[in-house]
Amino acid sequence: MANYLPSTAAERQEMLEAIGCSSYDDLYRDVPGGANSVTLDLPAGMTEMEVLGEMSHIAAKNTVFHMVFRGAGSYNHYIPQVVKSVTSNEKFVTAYTPYQAEISQGVLQSIFEYQSMVCELTGMDASNASVYDGATAAAEAVFMCEERKRSGVVISETVNPDTIETVKTYCASRSVEVTVVPAKGGVTDAEAFSAALGNGASCAIIQQPNYFGILEDVKPLIDAAHAVKAKAIMSVNPISLGILATPGELGADICVAEGQPLGMPMAFGGPYLGIMTCTSACMRKLSGRIVGQTTDHDGNNAFVLTLQAREQHIRREKASSNICSNEALCALTASVYMAAMGPQGIEQAAKLSCSKAHYLAEQLCAIDGFELAYDQPFFNEVLIKCPCDPKVLEAKLAEKGILAGLPIGDSMLWCATEINTKGSIDYLVEAVKEAM
Amino acid sequence: MQAPENLKYTKTHEWASIDGDVAKVGLTDYAQDQLGDLVFVNLPEVGDAVEAGEAFADTESVKAVSEIYSPVTGEISAINEELFDAPELINQDPYGTWLIEVSSAELADDLLDAAAYLELCEAE
Amino acid sequence: MKLVFDISKPGRSSQILPECDVPEVMPDAAFLRQSAPALPEIPEVEVDRHYNELAQEVFGVCDGFYPLGSCTMKYSPKVNETIAALPGFAKIHPLQPAESAQGALQVMSELSSALAEITGMDAVSLQPAAGAHGEYTGLLLIREYHLSRGDTARTKIIVPDSAHGTNPASSVMAGFEVVNVVSNAEGGVDLDGLREAVGPDTAGLMLTNPNTLGLFDPNITEICKIIHEAGGLCYYDGANLNPIMGVMRPGDMGFDCVHVNLHKTFSTPHGGGGPGAGPVGCKELLAKFLPTPVVIDSEGRFELSRPESSLGRMKAFYGNFSVMVKALAYIKVLGAEGIAETAKASALNANYMMRKLDDLYFMPYGQAPCMHEFVMDIAPLEHETGCSAMDVAKRLLDFGMHAPTMYFPLIVHEALMVEPTETESRENLDRAIEVLRQIWQECHDDPEFVKASPHDAAIGRPDEVTAARHPVVRWIPEA
Repeated sequence: MANYLPSTAAERQEMLEAIGCSSYDDLYRDVPGGANSVTLDLPAGMTEMEVLGEMSHIAAKNTVFHMVFRGAGSYNHYIPQVVKSVTSNEKFVTAYTPYQAEISQGVLQSIFEYQSMVCELTGMDASNASVYDGATAAAEAVFMCEERKRSGVVISETVNPDTIETVKTYCASRSVEVTVVPAKGGVTDAEAFSAALGNGASCAIIQQPNYFGILEDVKPLIDAAHAVKAKAIMSVNPISLGILATPGELGADICVAEGQPLGMPMAFGGPYLGIMTCTSACMRKLSGRIVGQTTDHDGNNAFVLTLQAREQHIRREKASSNICSNEALCALTASVYMAAMGPQGIEQAAKLSCSKAHYLAEQLCAIDGFELAYDQPFFNEVLIKCPCDPKVLEAKLAEKGILAGLPIGDSMLWCATEINTKGSIDYLVEAVKEAM
Repeated sequence: MQAPENLKYTKTHEWASIDGDVAKVGLTDYAQDQLGDLVFVNLPEVGDAVEAGEAFADTESVKAVSEIYSPVTGEISAINEELFDAPELINQDPYGTWLIEVSSAELADDLLDAAAYLELCEAE
Repeated sequence: MKLVFDISKPGRSSQILPECDVPEVMPDAAFLRQSAPALPEIPEVEVDRHYNELAQEVFGVCDGFYPLGSCTMKYSPKVNETIAALPGFAKIHPLQPAESAQGALQVMSELSSALAEITGMDAVSLQPAAGAHGEYTGLLLIREYHLSRGDTARTKIIVPDSAHGTNPASSVMAGFEVVNVVSNAEGGVDLDGLREAVGPDTAGLMLTNPNTLGLFDPNITEICKIIHEAGGLCYYDGANLNPIMGVMRPGDMGFDCVHVNLHKTFSTPHGGGGPGAGPVGCKELLAKFLPTPVVIDSEGRFELSRPESSLGRMKAFYGNFSVMVKALAYIKVLGAEGIAETAKASALNANYMMRKLDDLYFMPYGQAPCMHEFVMDIAPLEHETGCSAMDVAKRLLDFGMHAPTMYFPLIVHEALMVEPTETESRENLDRAIEVLRQIWQECHDDPEFVKASPHDAAIGRPDEVTAARHPVVRWIPEA
């Protein structure tokens, strides 16, 4: 059996005696049953070597696909090696939230830089230090917009379904009405969207590119929200902003995003990064931690956690959010990714992803029976009708080490990133032909 | 600690001045001293109703939030927008810095005059 | 330290991605951004150096004693990081078919079972991403339970005044009103006050036990009974599970629902504020309401499944998976015995420190043994010397130690909350005790020196007032 105690059993006994206790029961005297109230039905412990062996064995039961053509909320982008190296620095890994500013300037500055970079990327004025993921960021954003006289959220059906369901959960308990506006031809039904907004909603959520990868005509939707004094929340893929118009340019009030594409591994769904940025008018309603720049008493530049009176540890039941722990190390990951890639690198990742998805779509649709589900402009994901059962095709491709597009009804949602070479796409297309 | 004679006071450290049926409401010198450096004031909107004894706004210092209770009943006809950029005005000049202006204002029955208020502050 | 933007020069970024090997396709101009983002342009070597420079100004558990109360800053074993980074865990897509993710689902299944065993619960959801997220989830379970019975009158959650701020905030998010109950003189729940507070509108109680004073409430069974008899349910905030695991189970105390913090009790690192994970466990009566999906073991094959009356989804996918992997590895190393030994050692270390300091520092609840942490009240010292809890905390930084949690719990006005954790040796504790005793003496001999601390840190005390009055929350490029 192993444990991580630096003291020996004999030393601990001496310490017990040094404070006048004969056994642990003296310390646990208020616990019904004392220090040995329960015996856990768990296996005996193991050593480091054994646990590495056992967990490696479990990991080996998962298939690591060598070709991934699936996105739908988790994306297989290239992660520069310097990102892994920096973010595995023990100091960043093991520090707590930077409450003690004097010995935490490194963490605080890194968060300030993160906030600045995501503001630049999304075209907004302010950012928090992160929330759990893209879905919870959208839910938190709704509660930034709720007012006494204005309540409810209108959300397009073309937003990621996990996001919609998360928003619904968050809204149900606080009796905030959620209206899901149906899609029409793969995009938000603009008329229905405007009509739904007419009922005094506080905000609307749209996604660009949408869940099906389609580029929507976002500006009129944002304008429709503003026309009835509702706030516009725009959910984005951060890599796409290497080329696409920013929420800031389009006039959104709040931008939310799943930050995973910025340097985080897919890791079976987490931890990821909830990005939230907003206009300066909304800044004081942002949930979560925020780092600000100030000076110390000698006039040195300094960073601190600021605007804390918004947060649960001060406002308690009047806080608009309960968030405490966030995804700081993932925010650092995104920062290092953006610093390493630079503006051209992110633009290139966006262009490559977009170009390869179009090549993939063109090649697949050249096969009999495959066609675009919607004839709409898209970024790096595309819904393609499948002439056979998508689940069967998925299984056949899996045998060749390919993770196919995500089956949705009689179609599949395909995705490409800069990682998918022309060779791999050609290989995929041949494999699909063989499978048919 | 100061408390001008021409104002009326609450036990929760707000002041009210009244001119006809229009009242102005602010925080006392004692209040600003206890609250410390204010960093933000959350004000209501023009047109909102306020009720004597009810909270209508809150102040933020670095590490605390405190509610502000109304000494009057009526409808808010103006808010002091200067405070959004300069909450420190309350610290610098508490009696010269109003938060809200209330029309059709009726003062609460239990307001204190300056002497009684100063006595209350002494006791705290 | 220079900002990352200040070391940027146009054209200096490293070329990381290859040229396009398919025909380039760009969306129509109408979809494109007008101007490029002003992200830094830095060669790789300077990226590496910049972040290394920042890392120098970070205090991690790797740097020394970290007695941050209620945060459980224990050592994070390195093998867990290695395991989580295995391609079989890091490079799998959350939506890949269940047949191709049996190992991942096994991790989730095994961790769920282990946490259920440790907390005395029947079912577990691993979806919540943090402690507060777990609280919110647990409270939603309680809400669904009452609503499913048509009991719409249960709108109130009882929260002691010593609770973490997340408790009342989570309650309101879950649609409840908060009823605060005042602690008794011993720091526990006042039973008479509790009896008065309960009624047909009681949805439940949220309790941290041991509480934020580090005390195990001796009336815990009675407390749960009062709530249950009133028709409410009991929620256990697992923030302070560390000294209890393997010793006593929340489920056996009478709790119906619990969250645990994998980043506290189960050793996963804090990452400068996250990511953590806040799995929720519950008794059978709440299991059908758990968030979707949960992992089920169907004759040796693991599957994701939606509970019968699921409250819905708390976030995308299944939770912070890598964090789960690390926690499971930790539990496997400790085993049943190691878990209990770890808990006891955490209580021992805290009591050892408290007893070696209580002749100088005032321990307002020091009559009873503490659990994993204790609270010092600096008020008497401040009265004598003018040095506050903040001053003592800041002076500690000069000795290469992290400060305790300051000004919490709120019921002790000049609180310093000290949680040494079990992964400190006796020598380290003795050194910390010696430093705290020296600071006490300095407060008497030279209070101005203590008030001006820290003296050896990168910066002096920052101007938080200006930061909040006139927030500068991002760098802005020169026009």
